Amino acid sequence: MNSTTAKQFDLDQINVILATDCGSTTTKAILIEKINGEYRQTYRGEAPTTVEEPAADVTVGVVNAVTEVGELAGRKLIDENGEIIRPAEGDTGCDIYISTSSAGGGLQMMVAGVVREMSAASAKRAALGAGAIVMDTICSNDKRLPHEQIQRIRELRPDMILLAGGTDGGTQKHVVQLAELIAPAKPQPRFGGTYKMPIIYAGNQEVISFVEETFDEDVKLTTVANVRPILEQENLAPARDAIHDLFLEHVMAHAPGYNKLISWADAPIMPTPGAVGNILQTIAEQEGINALGVDIGGATTDVFSVFDGTFNRTVSANLGMSYSVSNVCASATLPMILRWVHLDMNPRELQNHIKNKMIRPTTIPQTREALVFEQAVAREALRLAYIQHKEFATTLKGVQQQRTVGDTFSQNTSGQSIVDNIKLDLLVGSGGVLSHAPNMNQTAAMMIDAFEPEGMTILAKDSIFMMPHLGVLAQVHPKAALQVFERDCLIYLGTCIAPRGFYRTGKTCFKYQITGNTINQSGEMMCGEMKLFPLAQDERATITVEPKRGYDFGAGSGKRMEFEARGGTVGLILDARGRPLMVPAEEKQHLAQLTSWVQELQLYPDNHSK
Amino acid sequence: MAKAYSPGLQISQRVLHSSRRILPIPGDVLVKVGDQVSSQQIVAQTFMPGDVTPINVANQISVAPSEVPNCMLFSEGDEVQEGDILARSKGIFGFFKAEMTTKTSGTIESISHVTGQVILRGAPLPIQVRAYQAGTVKEVIPEQGVVIESEVTFLQGILGIGGETYGLIKFACQNNEQDLEADLLDESMQGKIVIGGARMTGEAVKRGIEIGVAAIISGGMDDEDLKEILGYDLGVAVTGSENIGITLIITEGFGDIAMAERTFNLFKEREGAEAAVNGTTQIRAGVLRPEIVIPLSEHTKPDTTSETKSETEMGILEIGVPVRIIRDPYFGLLGSVSQLPTELQTLESGSESRVLEVILESGKTVVVPRANVELIEG
Repeated sequence: MNSTTAKQFDLDQINVILATDCGSTTTKAILIEKINGEYRQTYRGEAPTTVEEPAADVTVGVVNAVTEVGELAGRKLIDENGEIIRPAEGDTGCDIYISTSSAGGGLQMMVAGVVREMSAASAKRAALGAGAIVMDTICSNDKRLPHEQIQRIRELRPDMILLAGGTDGGTQKHVVQLAELIAPAKPQPRFGGTYKMPIIYAGNQEVISFVEETFDEDVKLTTVANVRPILEQENLAPARDAIHDLFLEHVMAHAPGYNKLISWADAPIMPTPGAVGNILQTIAEQEGINALGVDIGGATTDVFSVFDGTFNRTVSANLGMSYSVSNVCASATLPMILRWVHLDMNPRELQNHIKNKMIRPTTIPQTREALVFEQAVAREALRLAYIQHKEFATTLKGVQQQRTVGDTFSQNTSGQSIVDNIKLDLLVGSGGVLSHAPNMNQTAAMMIDAFEPEGMTILAKDSIFMMPHLGVLAQVHPKAALQVFERDCLIYLGTCIAPRGFYRTGKTCFKYQITGNTINQSGEMMCGEMKLFPLAQDERATITVEPKRGYDFGAGSGKRMEFEARGGTVGLILDARGRPLMVPAEEKQHLAQLTSWVQELQLYPDNHSK
Repeated sequence: MAKAYSPGLQISQRVLHSSRRILPIPGDVLVKVGDQVSSQQIVAQTFMPGDVTPINVANQISVAPSEVPNCMLFSEGDEVQEGDILARSKGIFGFFKAEMTTKTSGTIESISHVTGQVILRGAPLPIQVRAYQAGTVKEVIPEQGVVIESEVTFLQGILGIGGETYGLIKFACQNNEQDLEADLLDESMQGKIVIGGARMTGEAVKRGIEIGVAAIISGGMDDEDLKEILGYDLGVAVTGSENIGITLIITEGFGDIAMAERTFNLFKEREGAEAAVNGTTQIRAGVLRPEIVIPLSEHTKPDTTSETKSETEMGILEIGVPVRIIRDPYFGLLGSVSQLPTELQTLESGSESRVLEVILESGKTVVVPRANVELIEG
C-alpha cells in the first residue's frame, strides 16, 4: 500500500474493525464489530507504548494491546509471525486495521510567515489542524532581530518547517527573506542522522523558484499551493495534506518500528489530534451543529472547535494535569485555583504538592481534598486553554471591511473570534481528569465552570478516548465511524442552560418551565443559583425560559426562549451564575455560594468517605 | 497493569554504569576503545557552523536588490574582516557613491538579488564533550562520540537544577533529618559537592553560590525558595540549562522531607571521593533524572559484588519489596509491601483504583493506590 493513501474496500463486507492509538505512554486498541447490522465498539485493551529501549519498536506495544483485545473478545487477531490477521473469518482476524500516533511527542513543527496576524497565522492554523505542536512562529513582525530569529531556528529541533508568506502576486522580498533566515540556520531535525529536514513552502507562488534557489540539498523542500492565496481566503488543505504525507514518509519512517506499522495499516497513520479534528468536523457537518472538543492530558490541552463549518484546533503546550501542572498554577495563580475549592487548605503545602505532582506525574489523588484541588486546577487549565483557543480561532485578519451606514455603531473588525458560546451546541470533554472523575457530575461541573456555556449546550464525554480511532476510521468507513461515535463513543452527561449577562446580587435571573415524560417543574432562578434536575439518558424535555432584562439566552436580552434538552447521566443543569462567570470577592460569601453549588450538583457525595 | 506504579530512583553502592557522550553534530572522537579517561578529559569535539549575520546591503547603499550583486566588492565564499568595505554603489555619473563597511568578520555565504541581503557567517564555534564519568572507553561511535563504562556508586535524584559539574563529596549535615541551613556552609566547601540532609533552605543555596560550591544535594526544598533562586516559577520539569552558578539536586521531593537514610549513608561511605553530578532532569517521555556518579577506584571497591544488578532485574512490585509513598496523605513515608490485592478498591476520593498495603517503618499499615508508590531500587 502507498503509505499516504487508504485502501479501497467493499464497505458492506466489513464486519470487524481493529483500531489502535499509539500514545506517548500507552497504546490503546479497540475492536468494532457489526452486530445486527450496526457497528458497535465491543472490546478495548491497552499496553505500554514501546518506542523506547529496550523494545524500540512500536509494533511490540501494538501487538500487546491487540492481543489483550483478542483475549477479551475470544478472537484470534495476531498470527504466529506476530502480525495482524486479515480478513476476518469466523472468530479470527479483522477486516480493517487502522492507527493513529502521538508517540515520541507527536509531530513538532516550526512555522514561518511574513505577517504574524496574516500568512503566519494561516500557516499556524494549517499546522495545528494537521495535528502538530507548533514550537515557534517566525515572522517579519515578531519583534525579534534577524540574528535572534536565526539563533532560535538553530536551537529548535522540529520535525518539519512550514514556510508561508505573501498572497499570490504579492510581496516577494519578505518571503525570500524568511527563506534566507531559515536556510543558513541549518535547522537540525529532531531525529538527527541522515534525515533531511522537510520544509514545506506554501506561500506566494510567484517566488517558488527563488525559494528553491535559497535552500540547498541539506533540506527536502516540498512546494504546495499558497495557504493564503488572497487576503480574503485561506486554503489550508494542500499544506495540511503535505504535512500528513511528510509526517508518514519522513518523521514516522525514522521512529522505531513505524515502517512495519505503516505497512500493516489500511489507511494512512494520522497524528492523534489530527484524527480527533477529523471526527469532530465530520459530526458537526453531519448534524449541522457547532461543536467544541477538549482533550486535557498530562502535558498539554488540545481544544478543537467547529463553528459554522470552520474548524480550528489549538494546543496549549504547557497546560496539563501532571507534567505541566506547575505551569497551570504559575499561569492561573493560586488564588484563581482556590476560588473553586470549598475546603480549607494551606497554600504553602499546596504549592509543594503541585511541584511534587509535577515531578511524580503518575500519582493519583487518594483523599477528598486532593481530588477537589486537582479538579480546581483542571478548571483553570481548561479555562486558560479555551481563552487561547478563542484568541486564535478568528475570522481572517487583514481583510478589508465593506461598511455601510448601518454599521456606524458596530465595532466589528476583522479578526474577531468565531467561537461564540451562545452558538455552541455540543461540548465534548476527554482526558483523564474529565473521563476518570469518580462521578460524572464532577465532569459536568468542571466543563461548565471552565467553558461557561451560554444558551443551551449539550455536554458529553468521550467514554474511552475513542475519537482518534474514529477520526481515521471516518476516512475509510464514515458510516461505521458515525454509528460508533453516536452509540459508544459519547456518554451524554446532559444539558446546561445558562443566560449571558452579569451577576446581580439578590436579583431574579430567569423563570423556567420544564415539561417532559418524567419531569414537570417550574420556578424562578435567583442570580448565583444552580439547579440540577434528573433527566435520564435518551430522555428529552422542553424547557421554556423567561429571562429578566439584561439576560440573554440567544434570542436577545429579556427574550423568552424554548429549548429541547437532552438527558444524560447527570441530567439538566440550570445555571444562573451569570456570564462571564464571577465568584463573590468576599471570602465568606464566596465559600457559602461555592458550597451551595457543590451540594446542589451533588459533586462530592458523603458515601465516598472511607 | 503489572507496572502501574512509578519506577523508583536508582540508588546503587556498586554498579557497572555506562555514559553515552555524544556530539550534537558529527565531529572528531579523540579517544579509542580501551583508553582510560578522567572525568574532565575531552573525548570528542567538533565545530558548529558560526553565527549568521544578515546584512541588508540594498537598504544601506540605497540600491535596488537586483543591483546588489554588481555592487559587491567581495564574492560568495570570501572572508571579510570587521571594517572592510563590503559594497559600493555606482553613484550618479561616478559621483555620490555610497559604501558600507562590515561590523563583524566572517565568510560571505550568500548574496541575494531578490532581497538585497548578504548573509555573513562567523567563525565556527567549537563544541567539546568531556568524559564526565571516569572509566574505560567501551565503544567509539565514529564521528559522534563514545560510551564510557566503569564501576561506580550511582545515585539518582528526583529533580535537579543546572547541568554537569564535578567535585569532591563533603558533608554539611550530621544526619539525614537535619535541614541544610546557610550557617552549615563554609569556605572549605568551594568547588565541592555538598551533601545536606532534609530541606535545603533558600539562604543555604545563596550562600553556596557565594562560596562557589559546585553542587548541593539534599532531601527536599521549598517551592517558594526555588522560585526565588530561579527568578521564575518552574512550569515544567525540564531542566539542566539554568545558569545560576551551582547545580542543585533534591533526592525526595518538595517540602520538609528528609533524605532517605539509605541514600545519606551511601554518600557517607563515599565521603571525600570525586563525583560527577548532572542536574539535568526531563520528566516527559524518555525520562531523565538528575544523577550523581562516583567512580570506584581499585582500592575503594567493596569486596562483595552482590550489589551489582542488571536493569532487567529491577522494577518488580511484589510482597516484601521496599517502597516509598509519593503522594498525600502519606507522602515521603517508607515501608514495605505487605499485600497486593488484585480487585479494585474505592479510595476516599471516590475513585476506583488498584491498591497495595504497606507496612510503614513505624509498624502502622496503610492502603495506598499502586500508582502512589515507587520502588526503592538499587
